This record gives sequence, structure tokens and C-alpha cells, in this order.
Amino acid sequence: MMQFMLLFSRQGKLRLQKWYQAYPDKTKKKITRELIATILARKPKMCSFLEWKDLKVVYKRYASLYFCCAIEQDDNELLTLEVIHRYVELLDKYFGSVCELDIIFNFEKAYFMCDELLLGGEIQETSKKNVLKAIAAQDLLQEDETPQGLFEDHGLG
Amino acid sequence: MALRKVKGNLERMFDKNLTDLVRGIRNNKDNETKFIAQCIEEIKLELRQENISVKANAVAKLTYLQMMGYDVSWACFNVIEVMSSTKFTYKRIGYLAASQTFHPDTEVLMLTTNMVRKDLNSQSQYEAGLALSGLSCFISPDLARDLANDIMTLLSSTRPYLRKKAVLMMYKVFLRFPEALRPAFPRLKEKLEDPDSGVQSAAVNVVCELARKNPKNYLSLAPVFFKLMTTSTNNWMLIKIIKLFGALTPLEPRLGKKLIEPLTNLIHSTSAMSLLYECINTVIAVLISISSGMPNHSTSIQLCVQKLRILIEDSDQNLKYLGLLAMSKILKTHPKSVQSHKDLILQCLDDKDESIRLRALDLLYGMVSKKNLMEIVKKLMIHMDKAEGTSYRDELLSKIIEICSQNNYQHITNFEWYVSVLVELTRMEGTKHGPLVANQLLDVAIRVAAIRAFVVAQMALLLDNSHFITGFSQRASMCEVLFAAAWICGEFSEFLTDPKATLEALLRARVSTLPGHIQAVYVQNIMKLYGRILTSSGSDASMDEDMVAKAAVEEVSEMVAARLPSFVESSELEVQERASCALQLVKFVQKQLTKGQAAGLGAEIVSLFDGELNPVAPKAQKKVQVPEGLDLDEWINEPPPSESSDSEPEVQRPSLFATGNAENAYVESYQSSKPAELTQEEVQRNREARQQEQACNPNYLKGGGKLESKSGMFDVAEVPVAQLDLPVALKIPGLASSDHYLQKQKQTSSKKKVSTKKKKKSKKHKESSDEEELAAPLHVVNTDVGEMPEGATLSDGMDDDNNDLNDPHRALDVNLDEPLRAEETLPVRSHREAVKFEVTGEKKAKKKSSKKEEKVKKSKKQPIMMDLLQNGEHTNAPTEEPSNDFWLDHAEYEAMPDTSQSKLQVEENEKPKKKSSSKTKEKSKEKKKKKEKKVINEDSLVSSLAVEAPTFVPDLKQTMSNKDKNVLICTRPILTGSQLLISVEVNNTTTSPLRSAEISFSKNVELELIPDGLTTTEFGSYRFPQQFPPGCFTFPLLFNVANVNRAYSVKATLIFNLESYQDKIDLAVAVPATLFLKPAPISGSDFAEKLANGEMQHLSSRKFESSKSFQQALSYCLAYFYLVEQVGDTASLAAQNPQGRNVFLLIKSQGTSLSLDGKSDNQELIENVVQSLQTVLAV
Repeated sequence: MMQFMLLFSRQGKLRLQKWYQAYPDKTKKKITRELIATILARKPKMCSFLEWKDLKVVYKRYASLYFCCAIEQDDNELLTLEVIHRYVELLDKYFGSVCELDIIFNFEKAYFMCDELLLGGEIQETSKKNVLKAIAAQDLLQEDETPQGLFEDHGLG
Repeated sequence: MALRKVKGNLERMFDKNLTDLVRGIRNNKDNETKFIAQCIEEIKLELRQENISVKANAVAKLTYLQMMGYDVSWACFNVIEVMSSTKFTYKRIGYLAASQTFHPDTEVLMLTTNMVRKDLNSQSQYEAGLALSGLSCFISPDLARDLANDIMTLLSSTRPYLRKKAVLMMYKVFLRFPEALRPAFPRLKEKLEDPDSGVQSAAVNVVCELARKNPKNYLSLAPVFFKLMTTSTNNWMLIKIIKLFGALTPLEPRLGKKLIEPLTNLIHSTSAMSLLYECINTVIAVLISISSGMPNHSTSIQLCVQKLRILIEDSDQNLKYLGLLAMSKILKTHPKSVQSHKDLILQCLDDKDESIRLRALDLLYGMVSKKNLMEIVKKLMIHMDKAEGTSYRDELLSKIIEICSQNNYQHITNFEWYVSVLVELTRMEGTKHGPLVANQLLDVAIRVAAIRAFVVAQMALLLDNSHFITGFSQRASMCEVLFAAAWICGEFSEFLTDPKATLEALLRARVSTLPGHIQAVYVQNIMKLYGRILTSSGSDASMDEDMVAKAAVEEVSEMVAARLPSFVESSELEVQERASCALQLVKFVQKQLTKGQAAGLGAEIVSLFDGELNPVAPKAQKKVQVPEGLDLDEWINEPPPSESSDSEPEVQRPSLFATGNAENAYVESYQSSKPAELTQEEVQRNREARQQEQACNPNYLKGGGKLESKSGMFDVAEVPVAQLDLPVALKIPGLASSDHYLQKQKQTSSKKKVSTKKKKKSKKHKESSDEEELAAPLHVVNTDVGEMPEGATLSDGMDDDNNDLNDPHRALDVNLDEPLRAEETLPVRSHREAVKFEVTGEKKAKKKSSKKEEKVKKSKKQPIMMDLLQNGEHTNAPTEEPSNDFWLDHAEYEAMPDTSQSKLQVEENEKPKKKSSSKTKEKSKEKKKKKEKKVINEDSLVSSLAVEAPTFVPDLKQTMSNKDKNVLICTRPILTGSQLLISVEVNNTTTSPLRSAEISFSKNVELELIPDGLTTTEFGSYRFPQQFPPGCFTFPLLFNVANVNRAYSVKATLIFNLESYQDKIDLAVAVPATLFLKPAPISGSDFAEKLANGEMQHLSSRKFESSKSFQQALSYCLAYFYLVEQVGDTASLAAQNPQGRNVFLLIKSQGTSLSLDGKSDNQELIENVVQSLQTVLAV
């Protein structure tokens, strides 16, 4: 099972974090800090896997963003790379050639996408189409609400 | 009023939204903290507003800040407010915030139960989906308990979107609320065959996760997964299934045999690397679990290794890494196959990627041999010099030692070389493996007696030049080597060429900067050396006369007495104590010397340290019995307040005991005894130590002569600061270099090729003449495991139980095959769910013990499936309750055709197999219908296999019904231990439940019902506490059997209320005498002997016409008997009943008639068994 997923920039700034295992906040920060430092220190031609404490860390760099997942000892590293890739593909489809800024400014959308792809650290939907469909449907729900919501909320409805 | 409201709203429209916040943060890079503090103030104001959209906006911003590392836990309540909004937009924000900021310990979670439940049951699938996704992040044990039932309901939702989320969510529920597993499992199992592939794959994921932690409970699912594996094309799911099989096979080798073929096919065919990798991993797991007995065993290994080679040769670093990783798994069991790829692995040692080099290092220990050890170690040493990071260097160091020391140094031919390697390793800076090197030195010196002279000489040099080791950094763990050096020089002081020089080295003032435990060893060994010098300075008797010797001894005593006080002043109690003792001893010797009575004193001091030191077994410490009345957990002193774990890593002390655990305990006790605060005195001492450290450090510019003024005992000349050593000049003259042994080995080996053995010997002599004398080519290594306390043996099951008590998976280790008890339901449940169960579970557990024995004897498989005898439909009746054992045993038929079968037969067997695949399809089509009509047929694959099997297996199932034929009952007797279990499956095809069901039995003194969960009525019948809803349900009836030598017919009546009337079903369960028999493995000779010695005096013979072929009859018998011998159409069989009575059977076929000859030590038993068999086998 995936333990957590981190997205961070080449400058070491955390862009997204999703924890599937409960850790205290302090530990989370420590892990994040250590992992970012370790991964950024690695050279580009090195392999994408790290043994880290009792976990395995799988990471991959896409443009300026690093996607990093921690998995358990007997999990499949290549499958995790596929998950990362699938997530990137989905973001790419959704935002239209995604870039770091898209994720910074629409970080909640990136989370929503993640929640449709994975649940509790397990892959939930392997079909890209289904994920995008679910996201589109939810966005539509949101859009339907917004206009009337605006007036209502401002005491004009 | 309204106007003001509008105005307020308009103002708020100028509030920052999330984008503004992000932009603001980016624009305020210089004073980010200030900006954010300001934003948080704004957010706090916004949260006080009543308007939900403002609140949602604030919560969204908080979520962003949380990611940046700011604490937002104060806003938990607001998050819940936003979550409870009726608008999807806000709910989405709320749940996102909750999933990011809440954790299972968040206190406000208890407020969310009802809200989450409402959302789970929402009409909109996306709202329910939000709740599920959110819940997966913050579910607490309480929430899990309260919501388990709601989530389980979603498992049967009509929308696959929710089903798949709910399935995954159930795993989280199990972790937090393990009691949910058993009630929910049947439903989860159904999802494995869900029409939606996403749901199916989610269910596979969950079962895979569960099974990896507690595989034994999931063995019964193997057929289902096998079918999925062979039919599915979804690689995501395939990988999980294959991983699951990897977890199951170690428990069931027969499963492994069945898997090999499909897995190899996948390996050949797949283009997906992730799948290939998983297949290889599982094949490796399979091959490890079935270490022998596979005909195409080596080909599979070969295939794996070949594929891995391709991975390793790939330019993709990831594949290379994984290839090496998998290779190391093969190495453990099949070192030969990996060794042939030595070239490739050695090549990887030079890879530019450190991770890959590390993996290659892991493999290296399997690659070394006597021949190439020196070369490989040399290569590693070069790597170590070049290595950049200390962690990689540490890894290299420990690997060198691991490689060399494996199997009691089996690959080392020249220990002088090894010792010089170790000595070279002491020059590594900044490594944490000092203790490791020290331990190796000690171990070699103790185990290899022949090398001691050499080790002692090297160690004396090290002691003399200890500033090389301690000089640079006091913290360096390498000073542990001095511990070993001091001990070796003291213990084996007879080999010292100049004991006095070594003694001086030990007494040097800078020694007092070493860690306490090393100083303590110093003191002890100073005394050993002192004693040695006393004895060796002339014979004791003549000493008083020999003035020169006496003067020498006096001088030494003087020196020791003068220097020991510096140890007495040590802050370490241990050092103090030992030094005081030693000092008094020396003073006493001095006194005796002046009195002229020193004769024999030397020998007496030496005798203080008498005795050989032997290696101690790794677990010896653990095995020492704790004396009565000693409580090891009791605090001797009040524990000091625990210090924060962030403190600097401890420099580990060398372990006196080889076991890792003892070491931990040692370190722990050390840590706990550490004073919490430093006293004034210690601060002072630390400062001194620091100053000395600085003084010893040539890179540190020290200030004037402060040092001397501080403590007079320092001898300025001794302080090594003066020697401005450059790292280049770090060579200690006289220290052996390992290279030189390597060269020598190379030379000899090159000469070997040309010269004969004799010549080589002489040449070798010549060559070594200018060098120091080579030690005997073969050093004898003391390979004893080591000493153990009396009465303890190594093999005792003292293996470390690493199970973490907090691991939630421990609680999930429950038997899933056991029937659900009445109280086992999910909370908040109004009625009991009808759940099917498999009765095979218990039986299987019982079988396991006997299975092992069978394997040793390589016996024939023994089908467990019982057949329906009475209606004779066995050839085409679909089998109920697929038995794993049978499913697996059948695999054996396929994998290993019986040797007695001719080739022709094999071919014949293959033909129908092709048909079977088409039949399988038909069957699966029919399956749905059957599900409705009859008892559920779980797995069409299994049933079709059973049909195809040329065997005739017992099935004691019987079916009965009521008058209207709308309630059917299926019974099956099973032996569990010495008890009889009748599983009763009721299929209620009506729409109303069966109420107040009661069962009564006709009397039988030798069968006694154990009314487990039933209540006894006044009329001697038993009442079921629950009512049975429409559908299928099963209940067990357990009996104590007084006499296991006979057959029974259990008669019972089941009375129940259906709708408004009472109805009944009469049951008659035939229990043949054979049911109580179990195969008893016995060798042919034992069998013959038992027959011959008259033990088996009672016999019973029958001959009858039979429509069954010999093979069919035999396969039936093999359900209960062990096949001792088979010659043509004659077979000898053996079995035992629970009382340990033996039954031997000879079964012969002559044309259409079968003859049975039974022998036993009990007349009643053999009569009944033969009778029961005849009933089945006769026409």
C-alpha cells in the first residue's frame, strides 16, 4: 500500500502532499524535509528508487516537479511509477499540458484528481477516461451551484 | 438593514480568495512569514462570519497554508462546518481540508459521525464518494465501528463508482475495527467477481493487502484468484493477484506447482515490465517454497535469471536496480545460477549510480570464492577510497567484512592478508563501523590460533600509533579498534616482541581521552602485560640475584605505578575501580621487590588472568536462566526523565556479546543509565576532554600552553600535536599491506599454471624468503558455534518475534473460513445477514499436520472431496463447496504424471483437457442459473476439473426437502479430530424466513450432540436462537463420538415455522465407518512387519461384483487410506482411526469383481470399514 505521496519543486518547495498513513504532524514535516533533501541530492541519471527506513521510495521528475511516493517493502516499484505516470497524464489531460503553476494555483483540483485515482493508498480506478469523467461531473455540479450560490450567499437570492 | 448587509457582502467580495493568497505569497518572498501571519488573521476574521461561502474560502486558504507547514488544527471546527454544507462546492472544500488536516486522533471527529453517515447515504454518488475519500484519510476506530455498516451497504450499491470506493474503504475499516472483517468478508469476496472491472480490481487490492499480512487465512480463495489470473487482462489487477500468490505459496507448495506454468507463460508473453517483474518475484517465491520435486524446476530458475540479466543489462537504471534486487532473492536459494552472471554483477559495481552499486554489493557475497576473494576485496577497497558519501563507504566496509567473514571465514586462505585488510580499514575516517572492525579483529585472533603472533604484532603497532586513529576526531567510532588492540595484546602477550614498548603505549597519557570502556580494557591489559614482563625478565627464582633484571622490573613497576593514577582519576566508574585495584597490586609488587621477596610474584599476577577465552554462541546470553527472585524489569534507580530522541547518535560501544539483541539491550541500558544532566564536575571534564581533543587535532589552532597549566599530568612530548602528519604520510611503518598479499597470490597463481605442485612450493619459499615468513597456508579456524549455558541448545525456538504489538494486522489474523457466530455482526444491524461459510476450514487445519508427513514419504495425493454416494450422480454432479485440497491436488496430477502411468495414458489425459476448457465456459454460463436454482456453486473451474478427473471421490452429501420442496437441506458429515461435524445447509427458496427452528434427534447413546449456540427445549430438541431469512445458510452440528469403530445413521427432524404453518424435514445422515479413518503413512517394510508379527489379527474379506474400475475404487479409498504399494491392479493401503487403531487393506481387481481384504487390531472396526466400502463400491 502506498504510504504517502509528495509533490515538490526543484527548489524543494512542497506542492502537494497526500498521506495514507497517519503520522503526527511533526513526523510528517521531518519525513518531507528529509526526503526532499535526499531526492534533490540525487543525480538525474540515477534510478528512481530509494530504500528509506523500512519503506521504499519511488520518485520521478516531470519538468520542474518531483513526484515521490513511499511504498511498503513488498510493493511493486514499477507499478508505483506507473501510478505516478498515470497521475501526471491525468493532470495533463485536465489542465491541458500541465505545468507547476497549474498545480500551485489549482492545488485543490490536483487533490481531487488524486482522490479519484487513489483511495487509501490503493489504486482505485485504472481507466483514465473514468477518472476524468468523474472529475468533469463533479466540476459540473460545482458550476451549476455557483451562480445562484453567489446571489444567495450575498443576501440577494 | 438589508442595505448594510449588502454592503458588508460587497466588502467581503474584496477578500482574498485562494488565488490571491497564493499570488500574495509568491509576491512576498522576502517577508513570507509576516504576510502569512497577516493572512491567518484575516482568515480568523472570515471564519467568524456566518456566510458559508466566506467560510469555505477561508478553509480553502487554510488547506493551502497547511501544506506549507502551518498549523491549522485550531480551525477543525470550521472545517466541519464547511463539510456539513449542503452545497457540493463547499462540501468538496470541506472534505479536502478534513482529509488533509484531520487524523484519527483529531478530537472533533466524534462530531462528524452522523454527518458522514448522511453523506455516505446521499443520493448524489459524488457526495458519497467525497465522504469515502475523505474518510479514508481520517477514519478513527470509533468512526470505523459506527460507519462500518453504512460502508458495507455501499458495497452493494448499484453504482460501480461507489462500490469500488467502498471496497477500498473497507480495508481501512478493517484496520481500525478488526471485528468488521469476519462479518464483511463474504460480501467482499463476492466483489471479486463483480461485473465492473474497477470494483473487481479494488476487491483484489484489498484482499491482496489483507492476505499479505495474514496469508494463511486466505488460502481458500486461491481457486478464485487463479481463475481471475488466467482470465484477466488488466495488468494492474494481475500484478496484485500475482503478488498475492507470492504471499500464499510459502504456505502451500502445491499451489506453487500449479502456478509455475501460467507464470512462466506470462513471463514469456508480457511486454509490461512491472508485470514481468512481479511474475519473476512470485516465481522466485514459489521456487523457494518448493525447493525440490519439480521436474522443470531448473528451467524456471534459468528463465528468471535470463530475464533478470536482460533487465540488468538494460540502459534504464530502474530496471537495472530491480534486476539486481530480484537477483539477490534468487541468490539465497540458487547461488549457482546467479554465479554464472558474475561478470555482469561485478560490472555493476562500477556503475555511476550509487543505489545500483549498493544492490550489486548485496549480491557480492554470493560471488566470492577462495580464488577471487582477494581481488574482489581489493576492488572494494579502491571503491572505498574513491567513495564520496560516508554512508556508501560504511556500506562498503560492512560488506567487505560480511563477505570475508561469511561461514566462519570459509573463503579466506590467508589470514595475514585478512588482518592487514582489517588494519587498513582502521584508517577509514568518519565511518560508524569501528565496532565491526574491532569485533572482527577479536574474532579472528580468538578463532585462528595460528595467526595470533601476526595479529599481536599488528595490534602493538596500532597501539603505538593510536594517534592515527584517535587523532582526527574523538567521535570517530574507529577508536573502538583500540579496544580490540589492547585486549589482543594483553591476552596474547606471549607473542609480543617488545612487551615493554606496548605497555608504555598503553600507559600514555592521551589514553585518558578515550571512551571509558576502552580505558577499562586498557587498565585490565596493562596488568596482563605487567605480569608478563615480570615473569619474562629472567626466571623468577634467579631474579633476586640478577641485578639487571631486577632493575628492569623495578623500572617497569615504577612506570606503571606512576601512570596508573591518571586512570584512577577517570570519570568512568569502571575505569576508576579497575585502576585502583591495579594500582594497589603494582604497589604491592613494588613493596615486595624492595623487600627482595618478589620471587614468583610474576607468575601469580599472570595467574590472575589465566584461562582460555572461547567464543560465545550468539544466543548464549539470552539462554542464561534468570535466577529466581530477580526481576529484570524492575527499576534499580528511578528512571531519569527521557531525553529527546533528537540528540546526537550514540557512538555504539562494541558489543561483548555477538547477538544483536544483546547489543540493543546493552545500548539501551547504557542510554537509560545516562545521567539526565551534567554535573558541574562533568562539564569541567568535558571541557578538558574537548581541549585535549582539540589539542590532538592538527587542524585545530590551539592557544598557548594553557593545556599544561590545566592538568599537570600531561607529558608535552606525548601530545601528538607536534607531529604535523599529513594524510599522505599516514602509513605506519611495519603495518602490513593487503596489496602485497594480493600480488603474491597473483604471482603464485600465475606460476601455478606452469609449474607442478612441487616446484611451486619451492618457488614460493624462495619468494617469501625476502619477505616476512608467510603463515601456514591453511590457518585452522575455530568454527565452534560457541559456548552455551548448560542445558540450552542452539536450535531452541528462540527466534526473535518481531511482531509489533501495535500492528493493526495482528488483529486481522482471524480465521475467515470458520462459520460466523450469531453475535458476529456489524454494529447497528437490525437483523442477521445470511452468510455462507465453508466447512472445509477446520478440516484443512487438521489435515495440515498429516500433510507434512505425506510429503516426506512422497505419497500419492489424496482427494478430500466427498461424493454423494446414494444418488450415484458422482460423475456429473457439480461439486459443492470447492475444496482447495482437491483443487491443489489436481494440480499435482497435471504437473507430475504418475510414474506408473504410461505415456499413452498421459496423452489420453490431455485430450479431454482441451475439451475441459470449452466445458469451463459452458459451465460458467450455466453458473448463474445454478446459483438461483441450487446451492451456490462457487467456482466453475473447480467443478469442471472435478468432472474431468478420472477419479471417484467420496462425497457424503445428502439432500432432503420438505413436502412442498421449497426448503432444501443438504447435509455432509465431516470428521474433525475425534468429533463428528455435520454441516447442514438450508436453502430456503421461499420469500419468508424460517422461524423458531428446532431440531430433534433419535436417540443414540454413542453419539452426543454438543449444543453449541443452541438452546435445549424441554422435549429434548434443540432450538436455534436466530431466524433464517430466505436464501442459503449453513449451520454446523457437532457430535462427540463414543465409538469410532462403526458406521452411523444420524436421524433427525428439523421443525420450523414457515409463514403461518409449521413444517418439518426429516434428515438421515449416513456416516460410514471409513469417515473416521485417516491415511497413516507407513513404509513398506514396517507394513510387512506389522502384518507378520501378528498385531493385525482380525481380518475381514469381501469379494463382490463392481461397476467401478480399479482406479476409481482406489481413488475412493485414497480419501481415507495411505497407499503403501501398488502393483498393477492390486494395492496395499494403510489407515488409522482417532484411537490409533490400524487398518490395513488389500484391494484387488479381477475382471469385474473387486476383492477387499482388511486386517486390523480391532474386529469391530475392520468389519465395519470393509462393510462401508462394499456398500459404496459394489454395483
